[in-house]
Amino acid sequence: MSSATVVTGIGVTAPNGLGTDAYWSATLRGQSGIGPLTRFEPQQYPARLAGEVSGFTAEDYLPNRLIPQTDHMTRMALVAADWALADAGVVAEQLPEFSMGVITAASAGGFEFGQRELEALWSRGGQYVSAYQSFAWFYAVNTGQISIRNGMRGPSGVVVSDQAGGLDAVAQARRQLRKGVGLVVSGGVDGCLCPWGWVAQLASGRLSRSDDPDRAYLPFDAEAAGHVPGEGGAILVLEDAEFARQRGAGRSYGEIVGYAATFDPKPGSGRPAGLRRAIELALADAGIRVQEVDAVFADAAAVPELDGIEAEAITEVFRPGGVAVTAPKTMTGRLYAGGGPLDLVAALLSIRDRVLPPTINVTLAPQYEIDLVTGTPRKAAVDVALVIARGHGGFNSVMVLRGGP
Amino acid sequence: MNRRVVITGIGVLAPGGVGTKAFWNLLVEGRTATRRISFFDASPFRSQVAAQVDFDAELQGLTPQQIRRMDRATQFAVVTAREAVADSGMEFAELDPPRTGVTVGSAVGATMGLDQEYRVVSDGGRRWLVDHEYAVPHLYGHLVPSSMAAEVAWAVGAEGPTTVVSTGCTSGLDAVGYARDLILEGSADVMVAGATDAPISPITVACFDAIKATTPRNDDPEHASRPFDNNRNGFVLGEGSAIFVLEDLEHARKRGAHLFAEIAGFASRCNAFHMTGLRPDGREMAEAIRVALHEAHMRPEDIDYINAHGSGTKQNDRHETAAFKRALGEHAYRTPVSSIKSMIGHSLGAIGSLEIAASALAIEHGVVPPTANLHEPDPECDLDYVPLIAREQRTDTVLSVGSGFGGFQSAMVLTRPERAQR
Repeated sequence: MSSATVVTGIGVTAPNGLGTDAYWSATLRGQSGIGPLTRFEPQQYPARLAGEVSGFTAEDYLPNRLIPQTDHMTRMALVAADWALADAGVVAEQLPEFSMGVITAASAGGFEFGQRELEALWSRGGQYVSAYQSFAWFYAVNTGQISIRNGMRGPSGVVVSDQAGGLDAVAQARRQLRKGVGLVVSGGVDGCLCPWGWVAQLASGRLSRSDDPDRAYLPFDAEAAGHVPGEGGAILVLEDAEFARQRGAGRSYGEIVGYAATFDPKPGSGRPAGLRRAIELALADAGIRVQEVDAVFADAAAVPELDGIEAEAITEVFRPGGVAVTAPKTMTGRLYAGGGPLDLVAALLSIRDRVLPPTINVTLAPQYEIDLVTGTPRKAAVDVALVIARGHGGFNSVMVLRGGP
Repeated sequence: MNRRVVITGIGVLAPGGVGTKAFWNLLVEGRTATRRISFFDASPFRSQVAAQVDFDAELQGLTPQQIRRMDRATQFAVVTAREAVADSGMEFAELDPPRTGVTVGSAVGATMGLDQEYRVVSDGGRRWLVDHEYAVPHLYGHLVPSSMAAEVAWAVGAEGPTTVVSTGCTSGLDAVGYARDLILEGSADVMVAGATDAPISPITVACFDAIKATTPRNDDPEHASRPFDNNRNGFVLGEGSAIFVLEDLEHARKRGAHLFAEIAGFASRCNAFHMTGLRPDGREMAEAIRVALHEAHMRPEDIDYINAHGSGTKQNDRHETAAFKRALGEHAYRTPVSSIKSMIGHSLGAIGSLEIAASALAIEHGVVPPTANLHEPDPECDLDYVPLIAREQRTDTVLSVGSGFGGFQSAMVLTRPERAQR
């Protein structure tokens, strides 16, 4: 009774483009959204660049009553969900309420909202904490708000696995579709570009300290020295193919055919990292052979040790230079829970347009034997793409996509 | 290929005593662990009551480095995960790392650690541009609570699918439901899964004060959590953790494991109504119950006991009473329903797993825990809420439900393991 899981709608809020078309054309032009932080004065901090989503005015899209009760990243998530549903031609009121669910990934919740309330608490007192704090900050906020805005009463969920979480959420959506739910709004829109969030991110020791937007985030490059964080991400409408057909949906962007997640062994255990196993398990889940994969969207940590592990895993599975590898996130920064879903979008659009976006600014270091797409986009008949997302601490998630029938 | 999922190990840290045994004793004796908050000076707050865990991290075997880098909730999770594995009779060396995963539920992550560290870097809330020079190295782990699942995976040696599930106050049910799915689909044979929260910090107390969700019954903390009682006026904040070893039934049978209960059905729905409000008719929770029963191939009449959400807010207790009637019909009136939150408070994301533990132990021991402090039932709550005194009764099937901010409504059906062995 369950058929394929297809992606029928996309909504994007990315640092290099607001909306799917703006994002994709910028990405194919090699246009980056990374620049100096403007949301707060970054001068005193050792990292000062970020991928901010510019030109987003929540009031243009959302009713006034939602503004005081939401963090910036929740507002973007609500708008991305609106766009994804419109793209899919879904009119939620016309579909059975329990047939639609919402499953998103989170990393830090509404952290900027949280900083304001912590400040109110400690500088003025508990009675100054907002009545909205209890739900504007917590990790489940985006799922809750999207479900309310669209009247979706089916199975819902929230996962947190750092940057791997976006793929885990989409995988959970696929599980629910296989159990008989019709449609799930999934993905992730994230970000905590406030001073408190920034200081917490700095503590990871993985933020680039460069002030040059073109030299700050260089995965697989000999000069790799950390990443630039960003905000935003993508919301996808996932449907059971039969459900989509019955409601008269148009053609889909493609199909989610495989997924797997693993966790790295404890540091110092001497056991092998889990990424290669995740890639192999995802391919097995998809029933797809190694040579059928046309492109890999890399996690691209830009931490030399992590780049090494990723390049090695790709090389071991696909042989040296055996598959095109790219990292369009060099144009957005790493988006935490939003990163995996945005890469799914890039992969689906690559399949649609038969072109792979480039990894910008990077000169491939000689020790990595991967076929990295650098400089300009590469024409390629992409039918099957594999997306890798890894989270801080050892989370490895891999998803396999195929072009729609 | 028809896999089934059983609980083979239980680890608990709850208010009122450390360990599973102390937890169960407290529940069957109907004692309460709600007291005046002692972690900080709560006198400026509206609600000054909480159920705190008497926890000594060092005594529980955590190293100084672990204690330094982990938030209290993470420490809870690591301790209960180890206890669950020990309880399962499995040696750590027996676990096949790639076939073992971890799912940790938590509503508010490392909120206590974040609250403390914020005070430091902001100089007591005086600086918007907080000072990174004062930030601790593990602050990133507090920021993104997937660190909780990572710590548990390291502690038990898991290398399978690992994540945190964070759906507010249904996290504890949803995390176990998520882990069960991974076993059913064959992604893992063993899941170390459950939930933890340690939210008793000023920011949490303040944010629940702001919406008057917690009780102001500060003059009588031991009787402050009063689910279904006409004099209830809000929930009592709690903390704690319960983590389980979940196994594929075949896997558990092969090694001759003790089976506490089968997780026979699970479903969650969303009310899409309001971030904190509930529709009085309970239809989404009823739908979750209906689907969970369907998954378990059971009828309403099969349910012997309902472990309620029973938070002790006016709207919750009426909402779920309506949901039980809607989902179970006449059988709702014949089924004992109780809320252990009356004794150990509401530990947000953790409570769902603590309630699963109570449900599994109710099956194991043939005792239904009571609802403490229930002297004068709300006339609109007209079911059998097992007031004050535990009830001995053969209990084969338990329905455990949860309800949370964000609109989440979850239902799980647990059954006696003999049913699973058929």
